Amino acid sequence: MSEVALQHVTKRFKQVVAVNDLSLTVKSGEFFVLLGPTGAGKTTTLRIIAGLEKHDEGHVLFDGQAVDGLQPSDRDIAFVFQQYSLYPTMSVYDNLAFPLRSPMRRTPEPEIKMRVQRTAELLRITHLLERKTARLSGGEMQRVSIGRAIVREPRIFLMDEPLSNLDAKLREALRIELKHIQKTQSGTVLFVTHDQIEALTMADRIGVLKEGRLIQVGTPTDIYDRPATTFVAQIVGTPRINLHQAVRDNGSLQLVNSTVRLPAPPVSLPETFMLGIRPEDVRIAPGGPLNGRVALIEPLGVETVIHIKAGDVNLLSIIPGMSNLHINDEVQFDVVRERLHYFNPDGTRVYLTP
Amino acid sequence: MATIELRQVEKKFGPNYAVRPMDLTIKDGEFLVLLGPSGCGKTTTLRMISGLETVTGGNIYLNQRNVTWAKPSERDIAFVFQFFALYPHLNARENIAFPLQAQQVPRSEVNRRVEEVVRLLRIEHLLNQRPGSLSSGDQQRVALARALVRRPAAFLMDEPLGALDADFRETMRAEIKHLHIAQHATTVYVTHDQIEAMAMGDRIVVMSAAVVQQVGTPAEVYYDPANLFVARFIGSPGMNLMSGKYAEGVVVLPGGGRYPVPSEWQPILSSALNGSGDVIVGFRPEAANVSEDAPIPAEVYASDLHGGFNMLHLDLGDNNIVHARTNRQISYPIGTKMRFGLDPAMVRFFNPKTEAAIRREVRQ
Repeated sequence: MSEVALQHVTKRFKQVVAVNDLSLTVKSGEFFVLLGPTGAGKTTTLRIIAGLEKHDEGHVLFDGQAVDGLQPSDRDIAFVFQQYSLYPTMSVYDNLAFPLRSPMRRTPEPEIKMRVQRTAELLRITHLLERKTARLSGGEMQRVSIGRAIVREPRIFLMDEPLSNLDAKLREALRIELKHIQKTQSGTVLFVTHDQIEALTMADRIGVLKEGRLIQVGTPTDIYDRPATTFVAQIVGTPRINLHQAVRDNGSLQLVNSTVRLPAPPVSLPETFMLGIRPEDVRIAPGGPLNGRVALIEPLGVETVIHIKAGDVNLLSIIPGMSNLHINDEVQFDVVRERLHYFNPDGTRVYLTP
Repeated sequence: MATIELRQVEKKFGPNYAVRPMDLTIKDGEFLVLLGPSGCGKTTTLRMISGLETVTGGNIYLNQRNVTWAKPSERDIAFVFQFFALYPHLNARENIAFPLQAQQVPRSEVNRRVEEVVRLLRIEHLLNQRPGSLSSGDQQRVALARALVRRPAAFLMDEPLGALDADFRETMRAEIKHLHIAQHATTVYVTHDQIEAMAMGDRIVVMSAAVVQQVGTPAEVYYDPANLFVARFIGSPGMNLMSGKYAEGVVVLPGGGRYPVPSEWQPILSSALNGSGDVIVGFRPEAANVSEDAPIPAEVYASDLHGGFNMLHLDLGDNNIVHARTNRQISYPIGTKMRFGLDPAMVRFFNPKTEAAIRREVRQ
């Protein structure tokens, strides 16, 4: 496994800048997730690292060595795609063995057998080894695709939304397995997704991409607890963070068009700003200092999302389990003051100075 | 206003059942969700209610009137599809007004009703735009407005949010529910997304393999699933299920852990299991409590952050993984040995042979 670095990489497609001056280091043994909406430049970044796409500026380095001039086949990377690309007429065993039998590697058959067996056990597909891949389910096919990457022991795994074609339950199971395998086998992984749950749950570090630019890099906790911009704040967390315009007013802060008024924090804020409150930090409690009315109740089983109307503003609150509240009930609530997020009008975070 | 009743309604394609005979009463003003994986029969059921699909047995009643063989247009119900099906050459206003004009409603009345639904859906600013220039969320709003403007007795919706991205789906989910609260029109809503079903449904009909597995409120299908299918399907992740052997008040679990069964369950298990002792213990991730003196040993398989909470994935032994929801302060490295117990009020038991839940005599 290797460290992979991008230095000021830019890629243009005609007038469109797909990747814009991107610098990033994926440490050896790290599970790094690039998170962003469609068109953010995630896949292009992966393809540049793989050598499938030629960048216009900057450098790609593996363990400190520039690989800009190398062909994809000379980079020793393994790519796992969203669409499984297996050989349908070959058995699972032969699909897994295929990369090891390439003329460049010529791995001896006994070693191939050992590595295929080990990989199959890791991914729990030993019972499928003799099966033709055309006869596998979607989840099994994606396991084999991942297996074909693992068996090669490449310098880096590049994964382009490998779970997004699977149904929700399978995605969940494979996500947990993939993380377990990466942590116990240690390999360098760069994983691309638009799914914030995949990013939060799997990553050692997340890089948030928007329009070809890296907005923030940090651990899942950093990204969730200290989002650098309103964009990052909104891209993680479900339901979404409550984000509303607020103004300073005489030592207090007031949500615009709302009954929500809070003591101002001990930082200098602009006159108008954005206030972010995660739904789990809106606590419904009798005697709470804020008032609202229940506009909607969404029971999800493990928790219930309560939409509180406070003036014209709708605030989402998460409470554990089922709720006894009814629509139109008056509720009192509070917010967890030390977990509020403040953003400048341009969307950048206001950092609380210690 | 409408009640819809299905009596022994079934659908066969050749020798195969798409929907096995089902009985269902949808109450006036109810928001009923048909939930299940693809191919379970939910959409076929909806299409039979609409009249787009004929039944091969049974009867359908709309307000006590037998409509089994009535044409779709004679049923006074509106259908909203996953794909918006708007006329591309008409602007939003013309699209919304179209069903009324087709019924030759006077123009002043058309205008009044269009204004009304447009205000409800907050799409006043879109009226002069054509579908091609609208976002997918706005197109679906226009499609909803077109269904609403007819004031049908009932709405049938087939995965109307399926084509939207996750963020928008959350917003639209709330909007459709708001709309329902404002109008209280009887609604039958099809989805494969259990979160959508839970969030929106007054009641949920869980279907699998052409069979109704359970009909219940969100709380009922979540806390008291009727069988293993519902237990697994509802929840994210689904209910944890541990196979074990029951004898003398204890279930022996994979990996050798011994789970002491709450005393109120012991006589029930003894009689329900008929001496074989094979049982499945079920619990939701939030019912697990990690503590040193808890009964069930496990090893941490993975641990991850989900935003406001952590999820611990625990291996009981032999790759039997269960999930425990914990607060964010609890996070363990992979391989940590630890123990957990279960909230006695949230433990459920299933018969592995029939896959059915073992019920308590008295339900709280």
